Amino acid sequence: MKISNLHRLVQMAATASVAMGLAVSAHAQEEPKLIINGEQEMITHAIPPAYIDGLSESISGWVFRTKETQALELDDFDNPGMIFVDQAQELWDKEMGPENKSCASCHGDVSSMKGVRTVMPKFNEKAGELWTLEDYINDSLTTHMGMEPWGYTSTEMTAMAALIGNQSRGMPMNVAIDGPAAPYWAKGKEMYYTRTGVLELSCASCHEDNYGNYIRADHLSQGQINGMPSYRMKNAKLNGIHARFKGCVKDTKAETYKPGGPEFHALELYVASRGNGLSVESPSVRN
Amino acid sequence: MKRTAFLLIGATVAFATVAAAEVIAPDDVVFNDDGSVSTSLTGVAGDTENGQKVMVTKSLGNCVACHQVTALDYAAFHGNIGPSLDGVGDRYDEATLRGIVINAKRTFKDSMMPPMYKTSGFIRPGDFKGHSVPNPPSILTAQQVEDVVAFLQTLK
Ligand code: HEC
Ligand code: HEC
Ligand code: HEC
Repeated sequence: MKISNLHRLVQMAATASVAMGLAVSAHAQEEPKLIINGEQEMITHAIPPAYIDGLSESISGWVFRTKETQALELDDFDNPGMIFVDQAQELWDKEMGPENKSCASCHGDVSSMKGVRTVMPKFNEKAGELWTLEDYINDSLTTHMGMEPWGYTSTEMTAMAALIGNQSRGMPMNVAIDGPAAPYWAKGKEMYYTRTGVLELSCASCHEDNYGNYIRADHLSQGQINGMPSYRMKNAKLNGIHARFKGCVKDTKAETYKPGGPEFHALELYVASRGNGLSVESPSVRN
Repeated sequence: MKRTAFLLIGATVAFATVAAAEVIAPDDVVFNDDGSVSTSLTGVAGDTENGQKVMVTKSLGNCVACHQVTALDYAAFHGNIGPSLDGVGDRYDEATLRGIVINAKRTFKDSMMPPMYKTSGFIRPGDFKGHSVPNPPSILTAQQVEDVVAFLQTLK
């Protein structure tokens, strides 16, 4: 655990005792709140599951962004990611492929996807492997619609992931790490703490030991994925989970893994579990 | 034909280097028990101007990504991952500074600071594009390490 976490714990304890006397939480007043469209409050701080030993608190990446960037996520009219969600909604209703089916033909209104994002990735019994939301979308395209799969990080795929994620907005992430998912989780955890590349940095070097600090101009967050896909100012498009992982691995001057490949599947499960309890924000806005 | 030309150039470079000074290769660096390195990597005195340049350049040392340094304030955005390097020339002697720059993990156990003069023992080494680079060059050359060490000694 990093030292500032210890400070934080002490602070939280102090806050708690004050709160008992005054019935006011100082903590809640310090931090800005993420309330979308003036009505839906996101959980941006959560107590991580007991099996996450490196964090005393899980914090959404939104908290670490500048006021200007934060503001863009407060309202769907300002959130540039919503343009892609609207495009995916058209795609959801569009008949395509040799069988002329739309997603809606079988799934009805996209609101039927409520809750789906909170448990992804999950172990798929039929396939005998861990599947991400992207895998489920591609499975429907290929086995239920007779179509070619979409590219794992393609525009359609990321937009559809955002639309489906959006149905769970506000709900807490809740991935399962036990049973058949356990070996994936263990592998992901090992990857998270392995210092790779010429810079010899692990995910934990930046996102566990140094969140809240600055690396050059970048304010480091915990690298949580509850907000994925996220619209980034940097490339003015939606970015999926594996695309983001790839960028971070490259930054350590390391040979990266393939988006959609087995390594990033395992890493996604582990990283998702570090944010169990945080609200789904899809599509989030980040720089 | 091409091969001969290549060998010839190689030989000339090697000869020139030997003539100038004995450069200590990354794998041959001798660390003292405390992680310091007493011997100059090149025998050529460090150039403080060039040392500064290395420290603010992203593709080189990029030291300011993690350290605040008042003397380098002209380069925007200093990070705060590591301690400020102000006064580091008073805190440490030359050998200690050289050891920290070459491979800080020898001085500070498990340090997050990347090794600046190391070419082996990496896990999945690559470049900033994510491609595999099995035998990567060190981040800094021997002379760049000496240049940085010379500049750090001026931070008093
Ligand atoms: C012909 C019917 C059919 C069509 C068309 C279809 N799906 Fe599916 N989809 C299914 C079935 C059946 C399942 C349940 C999983 C299974 O057995 O494959 C499913 C599962 C899913 C899941 C996982 C849901 C969960 O609860 O885990 C997602 C996500 C999904 N589909 C997305 C889509 C998208 C996006 C489209 C349009 C591009 C689409 N589906 C089109 C039949 C269809
Ligand atoms: C050298 C430091 C560094 C390392 C190592 C690193 N990252 Fe990042 N990462 C960043 C920076 C900088 C950002 C952008 C600012 C932020 O959110 O922290 C970022 C952002 C992210 C985000 C987006 C967070 C959000 O709120 O949308 C995720 C996810 C992420 N990183 C995951 C990882 C994973 C997984 C690893 C290990 C494979 C990793 N990172 C390694 C520096 C790093
Ligand atoms: C990725 C972040 C990072 C980069 C880049 C980096 N350092 Fe460091 N450095 C650290 C950390 C963290 C420490 C604290 C030592 C420890 O790990 O306990 C440190 C410690 C030091 C110290 C000892 C300071 C003291 O007062 O104890 C010196 C000197 C130093 N670094 C010089 C440099 C130079 C010169 C460069 C560029 C060639 C550089 N660093 C690049 C992270 C970094």
